[in-house]
Amino acid sequence: MSDKKKELKPNTYKFDTLSLHAGYQPHKNAGSRQVPIYQTTSYLFDDVDHAAALFNLERGGHIYSRISNPTVGVLEERVASLEGGTAALATSSGMSAIFLTVMTLCEAGDHLVVSSQLYGGTVNLFRLTLPKFGIKCTFVKPRDTEGFKKAIQKNTKGIFGELVGNPGNEIMNMPEIAKIAHDAGIPLMVDATYQTPYLCKPFEHGADIVIHSLTKWMAGHGSSMAGILVEGGKFDWMQNDKFPTMTKPYEGYHGLSFAEEFGPTAFTMKARAEGMRDFGPCLSPQNAWNVLQGIETLSVRMKKHCSNAEEMVKYLSNHESVAWVSHPSVPDHPDHELAKKLLPNGRGSMIAFGIKGGKDAGVAFINNVKLASHLANVGDTRTLVIHPASGTHSQMDEATLKFAGLSHDMIRLSVGIEDIDDIKNDFEIGFRAARKPRLVSNQ
Amino acid sequence: MKFKVNGHEVFASTGGRPFDKKKPLIIFVHGSGLTHMTWVLQTRYFAFHGYNSLAVDLPGHGLSSGESLKSIEEMADWVSDVIDAVGHKEASLVGHSQGCLVTVECTSRYPSKIKTLSLMGGAGAIPMNPELLSLAENNDPKAVDLMMDWAHGPAGHFGGHPVPGLYHINTGTMLAKSRTIQNTLGVDFRACDNYKNGFEAAKKIKCPTLSILATDDKMCPVKEGKKLASLIDGSQVDIIDNCGHMMLLEEADRVLTVLKKFITTNYPPLSS
Repeated sequence: MSDKKKELKPNTYKFDTLSLHAGYQPHKNAGSRQVPIYQTTSYLFDDVDHAAALFNLERGGHIYSRISNPTVGVLEERVASLEGGTAALATSSGMSAIFLTVMTLCEAGDHLVVSSQLYGGTVNLFRLTLPKFGIKCTFVKPRDTEGFKKAIQKNTKGIFGELVGNPGNEIMNMPEIAKIAHDAGIPLMVDATYQTPYLCKPFEHGADIVIHSLTKWMAGHGSSMAGILVEGGKFDWMQNDKFPTMTKPYEGYHGLSFAEEFGPTAFTMKARAEGMRDFGPCLSPQNAWNVLQGIETLSVRMKKHCSNAEEMVKYLSNHESVAWVSHPSVPDHPDHELAKKLLPNGRGSMIAFGIKGGKDAGVAFINNVKLASHLANVGDTRTLVIHPASGTHSQMDEATLKFAGLSHDMIRLSVGIEDIDDIKNDFEIGFRAARKPRLVSNQ
Repeated sequence: MKFKVNGHEVFASTGGRPFDKKKPLIIFVHGSGLTHMTWVLQTRYFAFHGYNSLAVDLPGHGLSSGESLKSIEEMADWVSDVIDAVGHKEASLVGHSQGCLVTVECTSRYPSKIKTLSLMGGAGAIPMNPELLSLAENNDPKAVDLMMDWAHGPAGHFGGHPVPGLYHINTGTMLAKSRTIQNTLGVDFRACDNYKNGFEAAKKIKCPTLSILATDDKMCPVKEGKKLASLIDGSQVDIIDNCGHMMLLEEADRVLTVLKKFITTNYPPLSS
């Protein structure tokens, strides 16, 4: 028998185990092995004292399902655990998670620095809707790291971006941009929908708030809308006077200071206590449960998504009908090395490619594929395609499209987990159709 | 609120209510390397029900300035100084883990000042695992990870935080890493390891005392907590099943219910 001393190792649960178990204790739920769906609007108080205690945040518990719900709470805790965060707040969609994050952070007169390469709906929120609330934004191209620094103003309250931009696959240099944000005393907010915590944990690279559209890879099944914001717990809200609504007594809760009282969970507590109370974009317990079913298989699915995506990158790169392919796994992708560092478990399953023949060829391709679904979603287990210039980003004018890195020949591909040969065969049908108009015009 | 003790600024959460000298005082003392935030699910209740509730950050911890105190005895004297600094003559003390050593020592040293004593996850001595102590003193974050593992019971490892959306283990980790580990956890662990007077101090305690213990507590097992309680005249003991050392979060409601009954009975609030 060896007398070598055994090294102490923490035995906290790992990613795959947390995906299945975090946030839930069966013995507190009638022994139910599956998370119950608490399909209720409200919760009985023990007595008047208990009710007052819940309203005053004196004790944990549920009051009304707009603010919190036990099924939704399991989802929130599960995602917080997977991200390495302290707390999370689930919302009715990814967009509402972004809106709630901004409204928790900012007031009228504030400013944000925002990556220019974002989902079209997010661009419209920052460009058109937030100014109506007195919040202005400066857009910076995601690779222009120095540009983020230059864009910071006295009233800037944060930097926001998608880790891998939609749909062009440009990658933000998260560690460097986090440093820029922290040097300026402001938080970095990252939409990591494309990655899920299986591919990247943004808190390990300096992010302070992580946002997901859970509708996508986290759920995977494409059945349910959901979003979430997750707090890293490291950002010091009290380091300067930029965040008075976090640090000063809040009239809405008897003079509570969120930062003093809740420290590493202060942002989530405020987003829930104020944001869910006043805006109310709550997630339904049924949809929370549906998303939980997806998260149970997250790592299994992400491996297959990534391996299929890499196969598709090879296939497209060698295809006569394809002008260019953008995916961080391609060696000549400008962010290839950064992707290796930030996305060690796989580069994701979003591919952008240019089809020879431009917009007409793109339309023909989309209209003729049979297995791939033409729709405005990503991250389904099924393969999805869209032509952004005429779909997700169609509300942008020509100049904005160019600034967002979009071209008329671009096809956005979300690679599913079907058999890879079936996806390729389907694309051959699309490419054949795409070549036809050009053959006709050449005659 | 902020005030000064021995020339250094001290932060104490008042549970979201203004400090009012007319109300009886309860002081909550956190465990090794942690901060006032561990008490959030107990302090706010008392603050809203007729008490001055002060969850202090020990010197060098959380939002308090100065250097960490190097012995349990110094911390005990410091708690007594806090009572003076906020203009009170007496207080009820509540401690968790290392905070139990501090409050036991303080109560034995200043018997006329301390009206009730509540101990959570307490023991008469907390000898440290030498490897864990060394990791903490060498600023190794693994010390925090090990502490969070051992401090939560099997059920607590799954989560299930009483406040929706909060995840126990990561929150505790952030609290313990909020200042330099060797200057907080390292100093605290050494102070716990060096402290040998717990059982003798316990014998001197005459005020009403409550011990809340947990069946799955690996850091201060029930056996040790009972041994300490047996030395204190008339001490009450409450044991929570299926719960680890972080009972104030893992079973926050149960802890609050027991604590509320004990304190309000033995140290009544200012009636409105």
